[in-house]
Amino acid sequence: MPAPLQLCVRRAPAAAASAYATTVRLRMPSEVGCIEQAVSLVTRHCLSGTSAADRLRFRLQVVLAEALANAVMRGNREDPAKWVHVEAELCPECISLSVTDEGDGFDPAEVPEPDRPERVFESCGRGLFLIRKLVDDVRFNEQGNSICMTLRRQ
Amino acid sequence: MAFHQSRGPNGVLLVQVEGQLIVGNRQELKDLVNQALEAGERKFVVDFSRTGYIDSSGLGALVSISKRVRELGGELRLSGLNEDLRSLFELTKLDTLFPIADTPEQALAGF
Repeated sequence: MPAPLQLCVRRAPAAAASAYATTVRLRMPSEVGCIEQAVSLVTRHCLSGTSAADRLRFRLQVVLAEALANAVMRGNREDPAKWVHVEAELCPECISLSVTDEGDGFDPAEVPEPDRPERVFESCGRGLFLIRKLVDDVRFNEQGNSICMTLRRQ
Repeated sequence: MAFHQSRGPNGVLLVQVEGQLIVGNRQELKDLVNQALEAGERKFVVDFSRTGYIDSSGLGALVSISKRVRELGGELRLSGLNEDLRSLFELTKLDTLFPIADTPEQALAGF
């Protein structure tokens, strides 16, 4: 039986003039079987209380699934002793979503673009490409084990 | 997440993806199609009318399945992609690899 997901949602008081009113944190085991549930949980809390467009929901689900799969399989190499950490900061204009693994990191500049003619029909290598296409901004930490993706709500 | 199989006209195997097609279940779809190929099936429609989202592993699984089907002289078509799902195929240029129909009925009728 897989270890449970650990979810924490913190909402700032209405009076607090914080740029990020709500923070959603989730800790996930390094198991591909947990990814769908993690995507569902984080997406639900990110869009709670909003009339989000279907397009935003779709983009959020796909990029989160991609980032989690990369963290579980490439970052943590499915090591049961390692965790994947998700943090979403929610503000009225955007969702800022970071996914961090406990691996050594990688250099995103070395990932080849999969839409080159010679690579279009390869069976892998589209994850980071899709993230870049579906979010408004994407950044990595220096170590390369944490990705931060920003999606504007409009 | 589940894959529902049914038989269309002209011996076409219709596989409907219910839920997501992602890293957690892509192998199940590959196994299903490979077993059907071993049993002699050559015509396939994969329908996404009841699908929420697809990740890059799911796209990759479709690519490898399609290659195998073609190697054996068969054909694999896709159907039921909504605007969001279709955009994934367009962004990755995979819309040039698969014949895509609006509905499973249209995909089946074209065989």
